[in-house]
Amino acid sequence: MNLLLFGALPYMALALFIAGTIYRYKTGFKYSSLSSQLLETDRLFSASLAFHIGIITIFLGHLIGFLAPSLFIPIGGSSLVIVETIGVMFGVLALIGMVLLFYRRVTNDRVKMVTNKMDIIIEILLMVQFIIGILIAIDMHWGSQWYLSNMVPYLHSIFSFQPDISGISVMKPLAQVHVVIAFLIIGLVPFTRLVHFLVAPFHYILRPFQVVRWYWNPKTINDANRQWQDVKRPKNN
Amino acid sequence: MNVRAQMSMVFHLDKCLGCHTCTVACKNIWTDRKGAEYMWWNNVETKPGTGYPTKWEDQEIYKGGWERTKSGKIKLRGAGKLKGLMNIFHNPNLPVIDDYYEPFTYKYLDLIEAPQTDEQPTARPISLITGKPIDIKMGPNWDDDLSGTPDFARKDVNLKNLTPAEQEAMFQLEQMAFYYLPRICNHCINPACVASCPSGAIYKRGEDGVVLIDQSVCRGWRMCITACPYKKAYYNWNTGKSEKCLLCYPRIESGQAPACMHSCVGRIRYLGTLLYDADKIEEVASSEEKDLIANQMDIYLDPNDPEVIKAAKANGIADSTIKAAQKSPIYKFVKEWKIALPLHAEFRTVPNLFYVPPLLPVMASVTQNNKSDGSELNPISKHWSDEWLYDTSIDEIFGTIEQARFPIKYMANLFSVGDTELMTEKLKKLMAIRIYRRYKTVGDISKEKSDRALAEVNLSEEDAEGLYRLTSLAKFDERFVIPAAHREQAIEMAESTADVKGSTGMGFREPPVRGL
Repeated sequence: MNLLLFGALPYMALALFIAGTIYRYKTGFKYSSLSSQLLETDRLFSASLAFHIGIITIFLGHLIGFLAPSLFIPIGGSSLVIVETIGVMFGVLALIGMVLLFYRRVTNDRVKMVTNKMDIIIEILLMVQFIIGILIAIDMHWGSQWYLSNMVPYLHSIFSFQPDISGISVMKPLAQVHVVIAFLIIGLVPFTRLVHFLVAPFHYILRPFQVVRWYWNPKTINDANRQWQDVKRPKNN
Repeated sequence: MNVRAQMSMVFHLDKCLGCHTCTVACKNIWTDRKGAEYMWWNNVETKPGTGYPTKWEDQEIYKGGWERTKSGKIKLRGAGKLKGLMNIFHNPNLPVIDDYYEPFTYKYLDLIEAPQTDEQPTARPISLITGKPIDIKMGPNWDDDLSGTPDFARKDVNLKNLTPAEQEAMFQLEQMAFYYLPRICNHCINPACVASCPSGAIYKRGEDGVVLIDQSVCRGWRMCITACPYKKAYYNWNTGKSEKCLLCYPRIESGQAPACMHSCVGRIRYLGTLLYDADKIEEVASSEEKDLIANQMDIYLDPNDPEVIKAAKANGIADSTIKAAQKSPIYKFVKEWKIALPLHAEFRTVPNLFYVPPLLPVMASVTQNNKSDGSELNPISKHWSDEWLYDTSIDEIFGTIEQARFPIKYMANLFSVGDTELMTEKLKKLMAIRIYRRYKTVGDISKEKSDRALAEVNLSEEDAEGLYRLTSLAKFDERFVIPAAHREQAIEMAESTADVKGSTGMGFREPPVRGL
């Protein structure tokens, strides 16, 4: 059972994530934040802000611990308490945001019309995940340390294709459920509105304001001497 | 000089009768879909009035367009790189559906299927979003013909620097006047929507300057809705993508007029090519408010100038496009006769839709109290005489313009960044043409007076004749001079035709993906 949940499920989820996002990207039209702000804006303000700020901070915390555990190792004593408290605070913020968003989604007539099954499923999963995460932080102190000693080696083993589930197998069930739901969410990402975080528009910072597109290169098209050089076979042949 | 071609437009407001045929033609072709019901890529507004979406011109509310900073640069008012990314989770400046109106239909089937009762069955209005019955509060042309009403006309944003007395005079019962303002996307030279798009989905086409939203790249970050000061980018709540007027590009690529223009009953619309200097865009957009229009006029190049033609050819602009630019009705209206003005140039997007201001509401019947023979409009029977209109018979040539019943200031707020002199100049030109034609056809005005009128507004007899012809008699091919897109060049660029011989079609070039 453990092998299935902690050894097989992550790979299934990751495969689904990669294949699904690529497929959905290739089919073009469907990547969008699917914002419902046009239909309802007042209640969205606090809910969306709380959720996004909360989840992004928590996500970054997990990610940095995973990518650069050495940053967290020296933390100890009172700063450990501060890190944990901050973590719980942002977790609660994300949970509050998610609850408000969910409540808005199921009570506002207009927003209901742009809600589909996957929105409900993923929002419930996220809420459960946030609650479990907060419970873990309260019940199993100093998570930022045992995360490094038990979970990060496990996650590293997953991503280096030598799964070693010994670390996770000895964890409390609460943490185990947290991991299972995490991989479930990762696997579901391509089928939900969550895909929009993959196309977060950071490139906007660097691009020039105005964008002009040409059908053909106006400088070279009139050059009669140019041979058929940078010519590619069209994709539909 | 970096010459580019731009499809641009002139709407002749004196000829607009407010029939909304353009609107319906556009709606039927492009926005008759779920999520797009509330979008009117083309709409006709009554001025004075609040427009659609309500008070769209008030950038204190909607934060659209560019503003000039103290250092003389420009920045987006409500979007931009930092602001756009900060507000991405919730855009505080986004209009909501109620600022437009909740789209609705009627339960027509109830009329047929209702059981027999003593009362007539009714078709209740239902929301096209939720499908539930609603009370209709607003529609796309809700203020149609409602000049003088407190809810609409008196809340017109362009009344802002008129004195209360001037405003009151506008809305006196027998003085009241209005005119129509048809609006589509301006396909600006310095588009704020393009600049605000975090995904880079919105782009201006190099060949003809049409501004489009790439639907496969749009992620629904909603910044273009805020940034467009004309509120001509719309968010489709069903697909989660933004959409806007595409100037019927499939039609203009094959040399046909856009649907709104083709269907125009009053023949008020003109479409043609202008050549402009892309090196001067930033300079023009960031010029001081009083120079905005003059500088914008300078960005458009003379298509008959050999230097310009040479530069255009070096930039790959096709000969047919240059030829179209030389015959362009827009060039004549905007540059040669200088009679058309952009709408709200102070938004600094350098719009390419120009309006010939309406003379009728400004001038009509103003002379009722100043007739040279002292006669007045009969206060009881309100007997109407055609002489009240455009009284060209009085001695003073433009005597009536200064006593216009529409304050020139109001017109100037719309079309000339508040410059009343510029506005008066355009109205005088319109008046001069009328005096000239009256001399020609009716003959009760002397040649001297007609010559004097034309001379005062710097128009030659030839100009006057051309203006008259293009305004009143122009046939389809004169009103629309559209060079077809050179698809054959695009295909050659994409592949060797020999390579794909015998296979389906000629293939297509992957980036940029075009079309819906």
